[in-house]
Amino acid sequence: MTETKIETSVKEAHAYTPGLKVKKRVKTLKTRLLPIPGEVFVKTGDTVDYETIIARASVPGTPTIIKACQLLNVNAEDLPAFMLKKVGEKVEKGEIIAKYSPFWGLINRTVTCPVTGVIESISDDTGQVIVREPPIPVDKKAYIPGKITEVIPQLGVVIETDGAYIQGIFGLGGEKHGKLSLVVNSPDDILTEKEILQEHKGKIIVGGSMVSLNALKKALELGVNGIIVGGINGITINEFLGYEIGVAITGQEDINLTIIITEGFGKMAMSRSDFDILKEFDGYDAAINGTTQIRAGVIRPEIIIPHKKFSLESGKYIFEGGMRVGTLVRIIREPYFGKIGIVSNLPVQLYTVESGSSVRVVEVNVEGENIIVPRANVEIIEE
Amino acid sequence: MESKKETTWKREEGVVSHLTKLEEEMKYILVTDVGSTTTKARLFKKTNDGWRYILSGEAPTTVEAPFENVIMGVRNAIREIEDLTGLEILSKDGMIIKPYSKGHGIDFYCTTSSAGGGLQMMVAGVIKTMTVESANRAALGAGSIVMDAIAIDDGRPDYQKIERVRTLRPDMILLAGGTDGGASTLVMQIAEIIAASDPKARLGVDYKLPLVYAGNKRIHPAINKLMGGKFALTIVDNLRPTLEIEDTEPARRAIHELFMEHVMSHAPGYPSLMKWTDLDIMPTPAGEGMAVQLIASVEKKNVIGVGLGGATTNVYSVFDGRFVRSVSANLGMSYSICNVMKEATIDNILRWLPFKMEKSALIDSLRNKMIRPTTIPQTLKSLMVEHAVAREAIRLGFRHHKTIATRLKGIKMAERMGGDIFEQTMKETYIDMTKISIIAGTGGLLSHAPLRVQSLMILTDAFQPEGITKLYQDSVFMMPHLGVLSTAFPEAAWNIFEKDCLVRLGTVIAPSGTAKLGDPVINIKLEMPDEKILEKEVNFNELIRIPLEEDKKAKAVLEPKSNFDIGGGLGKKIESIIYGGVVGIVIDARGRPLIIPKEDEERRRTLLNWYNSVDFYPNDKLKVL
Repeated sequence: MTETKIETSVKEAHAYTPGLKVKKRVKTLKTRLLPIPGEVFVKTGDTVDYETIIARASVPGTPTIIKACQLLNVNAEDLPAFMLKKVGEKVEKGEIIAKYSPFWGLINRTVTCPVTGVIESISDDTGQVIVREPPIPVDKKAYIPGKITEVIPQLGVVIETDGAYIQGIFGLGGEKHGKLSLVVNSPDDILTEKEILQEHKGKIIVGGSMVSLNALKKALELGVNGIIVGGINGITINEFLGYEIGVAITGQEDINLTIIITEGFGKMAMSRSDFDILKEFDGYDAAINGTTQIRAGVIRPEIIIPHKKFSLESGKYIFEGGMRVGTLVRIIREPYFGKIGIVSNLPVQLYTVESGSSVRVVEVNVEGENIIVPRANVEIIEE
Repeated sequence: MESKKETTWKREEGVVSHLTKLEEEMKYILVTDVGSTTTKARLFKKTNDGWRYILSGEAPTTVEAPFENVIMGVRNAIREIEDLTGLEILSKDGMIIKPYSKGHGIDFYCTTSSAGGGLQMMVAGVIKTMTVESANRAALGAGSIVMDAIAIDDGRPDYQKIERVRTLRPDMILLAGGTDGGASTLVMQIAEIIAASDPKARLGVDYKLPLVYAGNKRIHPAINKLMGGKFALTIVDNLRPTLEIEDTEPARRAIHELFMEHVMSHAPGYPSLMKWTDLDIMPTPAGEGMAVQLIASVEKKNVIGVGLGGATTNVYSVFDGRFVRSVSANLGMSYSICNVMKEATIDNILRWLPFKMEKSALIDSLRNKMIRPTTIPQTLKSLMVEHAVAREAIRLGFRHHKTIATRLKGIKMAERMGGDIFEQTMKETYIDMTKISIIAGTGGLLSHAPLRVQSLMILTDAFQPEGITKLYQDSVFMMPHLGVLSTAFPEAAWNIFEKDCLVRLGTVIAPSGTAKLGDPVINIKLEMPDEKILEKEVNFNELIRIPLEEDKKAKAVLEPKSNFDIGGGLGKKIESIIYGGVVGIVIDARGRPLIIPKEDEERRRTLLNWYNSVDFYPNDKLKVL
């Protein structure tokens, strides 16, 4: 292996990791679709609320498999001869659907239907009968209040809402809504079970730097809808869920509480911009969704607070302009994790950091002190 | 590697038919690898010494909003090269300037990709405790993460199953159910649920979701009719042909191949990237695998290679001429880092750290890497944590590889919970570590390790070589780049591979066996290039580093004690030529299998001794940890 000398030229550099979206007031569009085609109840221009049912589908009922040939003690291929009901016929729970009476009726074996439904199939291969229960109506709710801007025939709608929009870094649990309730004084405060009260039932609690396991348990017990907080211990999540998460693909947890983490794992003060918005809208209704998928095609958790209090901002990320001297950034890895500062220099040359690695760095002025961090370890903050 | 005639790289016919310039007149080639975490650009230049590597530009891969287009990361990586060289490669509108002319542009661009990340699957079948369990085993055995298992009898209504498929956005679905000639209605029913869910692939509209069917063979035509148009359907043998027999192998291999060809390289922006490249985009493991095969072919030895990535760990072996590749799509250093923690356990990661660290702090640190995958370690402790995870990811990846590199041994009856008895085809790996002569490593973490000895020790701890093994390393991570380049310009790729890519780290001499602490393991006599004789009795648990430069060799007489084997049999003396490298010779008398003390204080003391004895990390920094 031979070393190759390189010439360098100093130009303004660019960077890298985009920050999470934090907007005080912005237009947000949500597409809401049924799992299978059905009926859409609203039209373009209609106004909807969180709980408005915008569409309904009728999905096939649950199939119940009855091992009929075993119950009758006959061969599978003989089953159709002993069936009292045909495919397509309705049956009631408790009704006899097959009967076998050998030895001149001395022995009577019957199959009683365990559910109400329709006979879907009678198999002479397996000797099984499938009874399909009545169709189940499945509703799609609006999730966010706003105006219908588009109807997708038989499937759903696009809803536009106007309000604050905050992206979290990681979340658990699905869509919820409720009134925001700030229960800490500062972004550094830890959310414990003491702050969670009976009155928080159905609300979304906003904490500071961390949430304890007992606080999560109490929130669940009291019927709190959501918790928004800066950090959480990895172990707390394992203990709360009862299992360990391997990759960041969440949202389907079997918990009745949505949790949104804004900064990361461990004790981490919530970013001032997030905290200030959540404080500003304390008592307002909000929609939250903890669904996270960190892989190509990333999905981050979200907080949407509908309001018309401030002037409308552009939905664009300011990152599109790139990182320059003067850009406000947050450091997202130790040893300066969570610190916020202003970019003071973007040197082109590689720099050897404490680990011994030679990497491209950024100089960040944090409270008057210039610190050097790898460029990959900062994200841009929207001002 | 002396002769270029011996390379196995050949130009593929018609591959460079659309060159904008004659090959002889070309001056610059740019190759990228769009990894799941980082996009790495490498610039090559024609010099008097043939084609050579000039420098690198790297930037996080842009799969997240606001970009959601890998092209942005490619541009950022190229701009780094522009900054460092002054060569203008991108036009004002961000396109690659081709061909090179008067200080602007390049002549040829190609890329590999693993931007799609790991493999997250759903499995579906009829009975939860039977076919679905078998399907689960097949998917896990293929190195996948199973997001959910859907069964007719899983207690959820159909609409919930449909919503689950939609919201989880799996990369692939394995559908099984029914014995051959047995139940067909229920298999079709679960197939209909999957079809009704009409899952949208997370990687773009131009892309059909791969679906592997491994159920009742009687309904192949019906499955084809139902699924053929909607999915990229692959039909394989039933994984449960009878109630008593489970054969997950065909499904496992199909999943593995489909992942590499159809999922791994795709990502948002893939169609645009295809328009930029002068060659078809190659999956990263294909490029890495070509490099490992080249090493084996030129050296005529058994070789193991590893590509340690952000979302996957790819292991390659060439053993007695047979090439096998495994992609563990659940093990990696960024997106999949917590899955390594889950599979390996936190204790097994902690065991490599020579300083005190609370388990909860380690868990939080790994979880933070998972949610911010493009960050890099700044502190030494943070680097050591990643090195600890790397060993476990490779160890597990190699374990997975050995389940694929197998020969048939027999059939055994196995009984599972619930009294369900089935036959399992027994297979054992043919990989014998004493017959592996070379271990080669690539991937961001290994190539960017601040000290080369760190890569050597990570590979040694993870693979635990036995006997005499040479260790190689990709200098700056360009094996995939050269793999894809070799399909168009094999001689250029070979010249760069030999002169700029392959770093000979050194040779590890590791007697296999075990003994008590301090017991003698082996007598070593080395005749060094300057004719000095170095003789030493090495004791159990000792680790010794002897400098021997990259192009130098030493004559060795190795005489193991009666309970140790250095390749010739227990207690058998051997004579051999030992090759040097940038690290030198490492005598590893820690025994095989390698055992790390359980007691915390003793473990840390032992690790510090090992690390200090080979200068794994700067000794002055280790002291103050």
